[in-house]
Amino acid sequence: MQINITINNEDRTFKVRPDEFLADTLRKNGYKSIKRGCDKSSCGACTVLLDGKPILSCSFLSVRANGHAVTTLEGEREEAIKLGSLIIKEGGDQCGFCTPSLILTTIALKRENAKPTDEEIKHYTNGNLCRCTGYVPQLKGIKKYLGVE
Amino acid sequence: MFTIRELLQPDSTREAYQLLQTEAGARIIAGGLFLRLSDRLTIDKAIDISGLGLDRIEEMEDHFQIGAMVTLRDMETDKALNSYFSGVLGKSVSGILGVQFRNMASIGAPVAARYGFSDPITALLALDTSVELEDAGTVSLETYLSDRSIKKDLLKYILIKRDNSKAAWQVLRNSETDFALINAAVSRSGNEVKITVGARPKCAELATGAMEALASSEWNDSDLEKAADLAAEELSFGTNRLASAEYRKDMCRVLVLRALKEVRDAD
Ligand SMILES: Cc1cc2nc3c(=O)[nH]c(=O)nc-3n(C[C@H](O)[C@H](O)[C@H](O)COP(=O)(O)OP(=O)(O)OC[C@H]3O[C@@H](n4cnc5c(N)ncnc54)[C@H](O)[C@@H]3O)c2cc1C
Repeated sequence: MQINITINNEDRTFKVRPDEFLADTLRKNGYKSIKRGCDKSSCGACTVLLDGKPILSCSFLSVRANGHAVTTLEGEREEAIKLGSLIIKEGGDQCGFCTPSLILTTIALKRENAKPTDEEIKHYTNGNLCRCTGYVPQLKGIKKYLGVE
Repeated sequence: MFTIRELLQPDSTREAYQLLQTEAGARIIAGGLFLRLSDRLTIDKAIDISGLGLDRIEEMEDHFQIGAMVTLRDMETDKALNSYFSGVLGKSVSGILGVQFRNMASIGAPVAARYGFSDPITALLALDTSVELEDAGTVSLETYLSDRSIKKDLLKYILIKRDNSKAAWQVLRNSETDFALINAAVSRSGNEVKITVGARPKCAELATGAMEALASSEWNDSDLEKAADLAAEELSFGTNRLASAEYRKDMCRVLVLRALKEVRDAD
């Protein structure tokens, strides 16, 4: 099946199988910031934004993205560097596998709720699992980024 | 992981329903998240219901009409819906995995499939809720959950009567984002009360004995305790990897009591 997606503001056309997931379509075409972690819709490492909303690309059928806008970390360079540096400063970036997805999720949070409370940050990001840290340094970095320390 | 041989994209609910009846190996696909969990599932013909306009929450004259493809995240954040029933519907889904997941999972699927572990079914059953199916028409949620002869139908809408009832939500999980090992909801309008308990691990049911006892009581602490005990006695509980039947029964008492106090003290 043929699909048209706007990825990071660029119109792209792909041929996909009916059961192909967006994570595969994107990775095949060079968007390598997307990770496949659990492959069970639970870890959040495959997060992308669909029309600005975070979704799990490992579980989203590519055909359903037809006609929609997809944002990956590659499309958010500036914000990614800002937030990424803050997380690194707090020691929250160890193996780095989950960081791209956490950054994208936080960007979506910022656009939905610019000044969230600690509880709101945790609630919004609790679908992004990290196996290296205890989430405390990430939270500190996110709070600095959002200006809600 | 699943394999889909062919993806059918009908234009109307009628067409989707007919494909489900006539095509061998056909299966409705909503968010696809639960289907995806199964090992080596092959779906010959997946009926995609995402293009049928079933993705809106609408305020009708005396009820909310919730399309089957409305996401759990929409249920969580919809202002109008959550201005009713003490926001119980939003609360019931807010603990299901992360925001990414809730942006994809549909509200229709767990209801249609009558998932025992479901959080939102428990909350919906505590309200005046019906489901509208393509073939069977509109039936109360209570009837739908118990009448297994309704199958191979397409759930189109969840209908919730709007009233001024107060409601409360309680759930117990071993850790956040895990499945509930038990959940409970209570709604109250005047002296009329509904108490539901789900993930027992069987699907939500009404605790009718406890509801009747409360209808003619003063709602003081000891009345509520008695009702919570009654609920734990009249409902059945089972054991699975999350919790034992005994633990569920004990926790049922605790959650129901908390929910009852919450709706009483909300006035
Ligand atoms: C890892 C994981 C954890 C979860 N944890 C929780 C939890 O803690 N609490 C909770 O309440 N839920 C939980 N769920 C369930 C989740 O919230 C959804 O209910 C589930 O994913 C089904 O929604 P879906 O849209 O993905 O359905 P799908 O996977 O697309 O469909 C599920 C089934 O329903 C049928 N179906 C779907 N829509 C319709 C319709 N409109 N009419 C008729 N039949 C239909 C399909 O044919 C299929 O058999 C979890 C799911 C997963 C995968």
